[in-house]
Amino acid sequence: MAGFLVGQWWLVIVVILTLVPLARLIARLGLFAALISLDRRWIFLIMLWSVLVPIYYIGVTGYTFPEVPSALAQATYDEIEALDAGDRLLLSFDFDPASEGELGPMATAFVRHAAERRLRMYFIALWPVGLQMIDETIARVIARDFPQLVYGEDYVNLGFKSGGEAVIKVIVTNLRELYTTDSRGTAISDIPMMEGIENIQQMDLVLNVSAGYPGTKEWVQYAVTPYPERIRLVAGATGVQAPLLYPYIPRQLPGLLGAIKGAAEYEKLVTDAYGGTDPDPAYLEGLRRMGPQLVAHLLIIALIVVANALFFLDREASR
Amino acid sequence: MRRFITRACLCLLCFLASVPGWGQDALPVPPTALIAADHPWDNGTQIDLEWTLSADDAALLGYLVRRRAVDEPDFTRVDLVAPGTGAFTVTELNPSASYLFEVAAVSQANVESEPAATTTPLAPAMEWFDGTRLWFLVTLVMFSGAVAGFIVLARRGTPLKVRKIPGLEAVDEAVGRATEMGRSCLFVPGIQDMNDIQTIAGLTILSRVAGTAAEYGARIEVPTTRSLVMTAARETVEASFLAAGRPDAFNPDAIYYVTDEQFGYVAYVQGMMVRDRPAACFYMGAFFAESLILAEMGNSIGAIQVAGTAQPAQLPFFVAACDYTLIGEEFFAASAYLSGEPDQLGSLKGQDVGKLIVAAGIVTGAAGATLAVLTGSPFIQSLVDFFTERMLT
Amino acid sequence: MKRSIPLLITAVGGFVLIAAYFIPFTQGWGETVAVWFDVLASIAFILGGGNLLKIHLKKVSDRVSGWGYSLIVLGAFLITILVGLSKVGVPPSEQYPAFAWSGYYSDVGTPFWFFYEYAFQPLTATMFAMLAFYIASAAFRAFRAKNLEASLLLGTAFIILLGRTFAGVALTSWIPEDSVFAGLRVENLTVYIMSVFNTVGNRAIMIGIALGIVSVSLKVLLGVDRSYMGKE
Repeated sequence: MAGFLVGQWWLVIVVILTLVPLARLIARLGLFAALISLDRRWIFLIMLWSVLVPIYYIGVTGYTFPEVPSALAQATYDEIEALDAGDRLLLSFDFDPASEGELGPMATAFVRHAAERRLRMYFIALWPVGLQMIDETIARVIARDFPQLVYGEDYVNLGFKSGGEAVIKVIVTNLRELYTTDSRGTAISDIPMMEGIENIQQMDLVLNVSAGYPGTKEWVQYAVTPYPERIRLVAGATGVQAPLLYPYIPRQLPGLLGAIKGAAEYEKLVTDAYGGTDPDPAYLEGLRRMGPQLVAHLLIIALIVVANALFFLDREASR
Repeated sequence: MRRFITRACLCLLCFLASVPGWGQDALPVPPTALIAADHPWDNGTQIDLEWTLSADDAALLGYLVRRRAVDEPDFTRVDLVAPGTGAFTVTELNPSASYLFEVAAVSQANVESEPAATTTPLAPAMEWFDGTRLWFLVTLVMFSGAVAGFIVLARRGTPLKVRKIPGLEAVDEAVGRATEMGRSCLFVPGIQDMNDIQTIAGLTILSRVAGTAAEYGARIEVPTTRSLVMTAARETVEASFLAAGRPDAFNPDAIYYVTDEQFGYVAYVQGMMVRDRPAACFYMGAFFAESLILAEMGNSIGAIQVAGTAQPAQLPFFVAACDYTLIGEEFFAASAYLSGEPDQLGSLKGQDVGKLIVAAGIVTGAAGATLAVLTGSPFIQSLVDFFTERMLT
Repeated sequence: MKRSIPLLITAVGGFVLIAAYFIPFTQGWGETVAVWFDVLASIAFILGGGNLLKIHLKKVSDRVSGWGYSLIVLGAFLITILVGLSKVGVPPSEQYPAFAWSGYYSDVGTPFWFFYEYAFQPLTATMFAMLAFYIASAAFRAFRAKNLEASLLLGTAFIILLGRTFAGVALTSWIPEDSVFAGLRVENLTVYIMSVFNTVGNRAIMIGIALGIVSVSLKVLLGVDRSYMGKE
């Protein structure tokens, strides 16, 4: 850390310079008065540095915090690990660029894990821009590190279909009713790995990366609940969504990754198993993002403590 | 001599070929007693098959199920069922056709046995009621009956007491404040389309807020994320202004479409709030990640904010940043509460009865499950299983 | 008449679909109607797009304050539609090379992909990132331990905030994993709070919401609540 501060002295100066006006305000008004009437833009600035400096630090040093995978992350990992080469995995990417920060690393880790296990990957999207998320993940993982996988034989992108849960309701019994071509316009009948696939009950595992509606809740309600013996589901969801999915664990949802923490834990498991001694940094994005998360969380705790201290002092003063 | 030797060799080869394990894979023992029966409580597209397992079951790859409509020449493959399974439901049948079925045991070497077959064609029958949903119908009738019953009671003049909901008491105050300050009211009906019940609930509240705004002479602005919501909201606001006797004050351009894209919409609304500084902000509908952005921005401009949503994940953000928040069913009760009509207040009582029924179910189920574990009684366990797996699904 | 016909359509449509849910033959009707809705909503895009053009053209022609931004909206809207619909710069697909428009509209390297990758994606990610700033200002302004419930809430928030990071895990890492007090390790406390207290609260709210939905739906179908059509 000291070496980083010395080496990036310019960053230290910039941070200090931007906070100098705040220091002068405190000096002029007094700590109590300055904080009680603090403009929210100072809080925004402090939050900016809380996120930016750790990102920069991790970028320069490559340091990531150690992660201990939770039981849910382990369960998710074990579900995919239990599959054999050639087993069918349906991946539904139901998120957009806004939630890529939380879910992008998860999606990358899932696809990497599936590729390492040589699973046959069937990509679909229930969100319009989910299709772009699929394309990007394929480019980032399969095209880059698994060029031996053949489109149409090892993985296929069936694309986006509108309708939300109505799509799920149809494809649990008849996939071909909705999907007549893949995302590029190739007929299903011309895709080798689609042969014999009539519905998603033939998938060995369904994997959903979800940022909202339609998402994991709809998959549980309309796919798993009617066919509990035939459809198995694991999911990755944003931090806000994850609490709503806890009621479904473990019977309907054996594994769940929540927010960037879940992504980091899962990345750790996959990297430990398949990453070797010098893992590719491209698959450590979730772990890297835990740095700013730590500092930001500590900042929020500090803000709450300070605010409550001010509240009690003000209450005492007014008595 | 040569002919004798050739014939002898041929005979020997035939003998060896017929001996199991000598030059060919053995046929597995076939399953027996295949029975086909109509699948109950379906839409006439399923038939249940049952068979007695093969004696070689433990060593099999599985059982191959085939079907043939009577007017088809050949059997078509349906599925390969795992060993140890003596039942299968064939789906996607044509209710107007009759079918024959056969089931063959398949060895690990992919050799099929003689199939067990049905001899009498069977047509799947369609029932007119899905019996698997019977308990759901009972529950629906109970809850709907409670709501409808209290509506009828209310119409007969039975006085009904409803607790105060502070967020709804504040609507008049918020609109009045906007009028005094000469600023507008902002109403956001959520970011989902008209097929979401929260949007409809939001529009019912919009009619009340628009009516109040029309009476007070305040401006109301309704940016929407869906074209259908824009159309519906326009009708709603226009009718409210008409009912308030202020049709001239209605401005259709005050209800407009922004964009379907969630963050594009919230970027617009944020900018509009900073520029126009509405004095009262109402967020009523389905929201996702943008809830905190809207609420914090409204807080920063000093607006009085009333929010209501049925998205549990967004409620904490609204509670933290808004002056009043309608939580879950308070949001759905809003229209009834604001109207004050006995009919609608009766429906709130019906909701309460529904909650009592649910509470009774929770207590019964939890007590039963606990007793089943403590006593180990199979009878109590069977009751609990019936409750959870039949009545509650 | 203007109100009666929509009420009739609502009532008949709603009750028919409820009944259809229980009759095997008609169970697919609900999905069919959902698809009809999607078709309606897609056609309604034209209404929305037309309204957008009208509002912003008016702002530009009236030269109201900020009309330059309206010009940008109009330009971006029309250019995106043009580039996307006419597949500008999209090469033909490999399966159908003879057909100029057979390529995928958002293939990598195409103008539409460029707009998506370098305008849309960064903008939406930026807006989402603003949440971090707003949660900090909300925390400073609103999270006060005014009473017992608020204090409990704050304590829970601290546990969850710490439990989601390395610092919290390190803070309680001295508690042995196999001891009686292992449940007090912050990561275990976090899981317990999420899976017990949080789940209970969510379930209760969801039950209330479900009942509220039944009530509102019934009122709308029966025509008891007609306020979504405008106050009478």
